[in-house]
Amino acid sequence: MNYPSITHLLNDENKPYFEATKDQKLVIQYCSVCHTHQFYPRVLCMNCFSDAVQWVEASGKGKLYSYSVVKKTFIPEYKDKVPYIVALIDLEEGVRLMSHMVDIDEGDLFVGMEVSVVFREQIGEYKLPQFVPAK
Amino acid sequence: MKHLSRCAAIVGAAESDLGIVPNKNVFQLQAEAAKKALDECGLKKSDVEAVFSAGPHSYLQTVTIAEYMKITPKYTDSTSIGGSSFEAHIGHAVAGIAAGLFDTALITYGSTQRSDSSRPGSRIERDIFEAPYGMPFPLGGYALAAQRHMSMYGTTSEQLAEVAVAAREWAKLNPNAFKRDPLTIEEVLNSEIIASPLHKLDCCLVTDGGGAIVITSKEKAKQCKTEPIWILGTGETHTHMHISQMDDHTVTGAQTSGKRAYEMAGITPSEIDLVQVYDSFTITVLLQLEDLGFCKKGEGGRFVQNRNIRPGGDFPLNTSGGGLSYCHPGLFGIFLIIEAVRQLRGECGDRQVKNAKTALCNGMGGVLSSSSTVILGRD
Ligand SMILES: [Zn+2]
Repeated sequence: MNYPSITHLLNDENKPYFEATKDQKLVIQYCSVCHTHQFYPRVLCMNCFSDAVQWVEASGKGKLYSYSVVKKTFIPEYKDKVPYIVALIDLEEGVRLMSHMVDIDEGDLFVGMEVSVVFREQIGEYKLPQFVPAK
Repeated sequence: MKHLSRCAAIVGAAESDLGIVPNKNVFQLQAEAAKKALDECGLKKSDVEAVFSAGPHSYLQTVTIAEYMKITPKYTDSTSIGGSSFEAHIGHAVAGIAAGLFDTALITYGSTQRSDSSRPGSRIERDIFEAPYGMPFPLGGYALAAQRHMSMYGTTSEQLAEVAVAAREWAKLNPNAFKRDPLTIEEVLNSEIIASPLHKLDCCLVTDGGGAIVITSKEKAKQCKTEPIWILGTGETHTHMHISQMDDHTVTGAQTSGKRAYEMAGITPSEIDLVQVYDSFTITVLLQLEDLGFCKKGEGGRFVQNRNIRPGGDFPLNTSGGGLSYCHPGLFGIFLIIEAVRQLRGECGDRQVKNAKTALCNGMGGVLSSSSTVILGRD
């Protein structure tokens, strides 16, 4: 499956996240002043407003916070992909991100299930982080 | 904040043509609604000192519509926070009137999204961290909230369907409503699932339409032809832009905006006679009923099943038929206010709620992103 290019949305602030996917790494920001993680990336830590934010690799493990099985979409590039599972994932570092759940039937999904990241799908030159049930 | 209560009143409220209006543009709709709203109270266009507008109809909303209507305001506010913009405008108008900055404000909105086959969401620049996952906007955001609510509290699709069916029952009594044919719980449940757990009939309409509200000071309200509908309380907030950035998908900003509005009005949820809440999707209604204190968190589903929100029931809710059955031209917030004003004035014919003295309206914009509350009352 091909995903539509995100190149036009890349900038200096968000690019490190996507560059890391080439090495199958999930990276998020960490603040060395207040010791919290944040996602999406910002120029400052929005918890303590310090500029001491740096990229760190996340464990890639988390829990399924919620999900929706998309059965019909008006987004042209996704019409051939239905059904697919849009998910909100709470990483164990304490941040939430949107992703897909894959390798699972709709009936086996449940809120709170343990999940881990995979990098399979190509999105332009990058890989698209998705999640599977944790082994 | 209590000193702001009852210092301004809504004296004019009107819709433009609604439904499918292919022959009119967004400015015509707003100007026509504005004329109706001014005419009914006896104020003139030259009395309007403050203009408010929002939405994707223009790049500079008030600038554009004020030029079209040839109004040069001394106060201008294009606060554009989605569906709840117009409830926020009312709060801002009250503040301006209380500060002595102006006496009379005009709020307008118009959309031809049905005839244009466009949705306001389609104009929103997509975020790089969400766009690759193909979440239908805004529906998918509400679906994620609905799934979370179901998982946490046992809310069912039948309970969500009751919101849509009750809206249709009210719409059957409203000659201006777009959808008036019968609707059953089974039909909602059998309608196609777009993004689980939400069905097609859990979603609001897509129509054309516009509306206008005239607000004036206590002194000027006494000279108007219409019965003043006092603005008792207002509150506003927003909590996130992206659905992935929402803290708890079962709790909306209505908790905060509602609390402020109740405090300003000096009343409690049990003293509200009539409720108009944003019904972009059925789940939106349950979340607001909980957050506005009409039931406990998690009990929204059981509340709509047990309390009878249909005509003749003991909890009159979305009496116009709402965005689900009456009209939904992109942003619905202004129509919540128009219906509440008409109900409080006793102009609603077959759907009139008897002896209603207070009404609460809650707008919600984006993906459960912004919330603004207005509490209204009559003498
Ligand atoms: Zn920090």
